[in-house]
Amino acid sequence: MHKDGVFLKNHFDCYLILVKFGKFFSNMTDIQQLQRIANELRIDIIKSLHAAKSGHPGGSLSSIDLLVYIFFEEIKRTKENATLPTRDRFILSKGHGAPALYAVFARIGLISYDDLMNLRVLESCTQGHPSYLHLPYLEASTGSLGQGLSIATGMALAAKIDKLDYRVYCMIGDGETQEGQIWEAFLSAPKFKLDNLCVILDYNKSQIDGYIKDVLDIEPYVDKLKAFRWNVLEIDGHNFNEMERAFTNAKSTKNKPTIIVAHTIKGKGVSFMEDKVEWHGKAPNDEETEIALQELQKLLN
Amino acid sequence: MSKATRTAFGEEIAKLGEEYSEIVVLDADLSKSTMSQYFAKKFPERFFEMGIEEAHMIGVGTGLALSGKIPYCCSFACFITGRYDTIRISAAYSNASIRLIGTHAGIGIGEDGTSQMGLEDISLIRSLPNFSVCQPCDEIETKALIRYTVKHKGPMYIRLTRQNLRDVNPPTYNFQFGKGVELTEGNDAVIFATGALVNEALDASNKLREKGINLRVVNIHTIKPIDEELIIKCAKECKTVFTAEDHTIIGGLGSAVCEVLAENFPSKVFRIGLKDVFGESGTPEALYRKYGFDSEGIAKTIETKMNS
Ligand SMILES: Cc1ncc(C[n+]2csc(CCOP(=O)(O)OP(=O)(O)O)c2C)c(N)n1
Repeated sequence: MHKDGVFLKNHFDCYLILVKFGKFFSNMTDIQQLQRIANELRIDIIKSLHAAKSGHPGGSLSSIDLLVYIFFEEIKRTKENATLPTRDRFILSKGHGAPALYAVFARIGLISYDDLMNLRVLESCTQGHPSYLHLPYLEASTGSLGQGLSIATGMALAAKIDKLDYRVYCMIGDGETQEGQIWEAFLSAPKFKLDNLCVILDYNKSQIDGYIKDVLDIEPYVDKLKAFRWNVLEIDGHNFNEMERAFTNAKSTKNKPTIIVAHTIKGKGVSFMEDKVEWHGKAPNDEETEIALQELQKLLN
Repeated sequence: MSKATRTAFGEEIAKLGEEYSEIVVLDADLSKSTMSQYFAKKFPERFFEMGIEEAHMIGVGTGLALSGKIPYCCSFACFITGRYDTIRISAAYSNASIRLIGTHAGIGIGEDGTSQMGLEDISLIRSLPNFSVCQPCDEIETKALIRYTVKHKGPMYIRLTRQNLRDVNPPTYNFQFGKGVELTEGNDAVIFATGALVNEALDASNKLREKGINLRVVNIHTIKPIDEELIIKCAKECKTVFTAEDHTIIGGLGSAVCEVLAENFPSKVFRIGLKDVFGESGTPEALYRKYGFDSEGIAKTIETKMNS
């Protein structure tokens, strides 16, 4: 376990105490801790992409704050609960964001720090896109856009059939939303009253060929989803207070699925990557990595 | 010279756009990777950015084809052929003259891994009536093939590489649809290779020649309709038959060769390709080594099988 493992353990102990007193984890210091973890994981993401010499920084950096909240506050994933049949599930439908998920996994201890740094290396469990065959903690294989939300729907249905109270979280991309299969899932989840399904849209406003609004606009997103009879919540995807309110609302909403439309910045945290289309799918070189790491280190200090 | 066949496609289609006003190009958020971007820049009014909607793109392409346009629908091979029912009913069953351009073929793409690799695309499309399936092995052949596709009647699937491929054919090369090309002489063994593995098979033949094995390398750029006559002739003239493709051996070139020989000249055929497994991440070189697709691997397979 790398250097921050101890910090994580304390974080969890303190979390458990708070839960015992029936409180939510919402005071300032805890938010600051989550923010800190997210920024430390940004460093891990950049390092792993640099080592791999290829991969997707933009959509990894835009989603990491949300992933940190989901894994540490919502799902509360630990090595111990990661294989329980009653565990909450998370599916990364926008599979190319895998480096962010791997960074979270490494922090939790589901994979080693070496695994993380072996991103995209032959026979590593950290395949270029999520491979369930290589790493079962991923819950399913993704990487072909548009498919993950249907899988999540199936898992949420299974929970209803088995009368289990686990929840299913699924992160989709804004470009990914263009796939027809996503709309099939949008149409079907309310029919089955899947209030145990929570979709998170990483709305970073761009895809590969350009900005979403130029390639194929998906607006008005909130209105569309409301018309599809979802519980729709709109937040700043880098604001942990807003995340807490939205995820709490999602849990208490009955009879319909929730989608959290999270406005994010692609490449968030590294100035020269922020909102730059060209940083969708290339790794930083030595020099760029050094600048990126310096910037991220400043966020920690 | 060495160039990715996707780049050769991009350059040629941008050129052909000047000659044929009926050509239209569609892409699904991968124009910078499929290289349809060259056409897009030159002919913005005839380029359609569809967003990440491959099924819709193929349907729209069919409609365009049935209305007198010559549509080229571009994406990764796996995402194109992932929309199989649309290809089957809309395109093939209407016998629409659509051109599906599937790039990023095989494990040769490297680090992105299985979900981005076209590994079963030849098998899938080959099984559809009316469809032709082509896979060029270098820049010259790609450009000649793309020029040919403008005039062809019926749906076509073109399989292209992400990685650079060394020139195999001379500048004077005369592309003939449906005809295989004998690249080296030899009667000890014949290898029918396609796409990226033509380069590797040629290097393997050099290595084997030093060991006294004369390998005939045949480039099969048209996998459907396949050159039955040439396959039968080579099987008759050479002791052992091999096939090589960066693709699953189930339903691809290897299967096509077996089908021809089983009915006409039953022979033992050894198929080099993915043996009923998915791909994985890694450098293209490491993957070619692991799966025996590089020249050493091919030479070793041939040597071992011939001595067994
Ligand atoms: C079906 C499919 N088509 C195309 C791709 C190639 N691709 C990978 S990422 C991407 C853009 C995704 O955009 P978005 O969902 O907005 O992701 P983000 O901006 O969060 O990275 C595309 C087209 C794919 N992985 N799957």
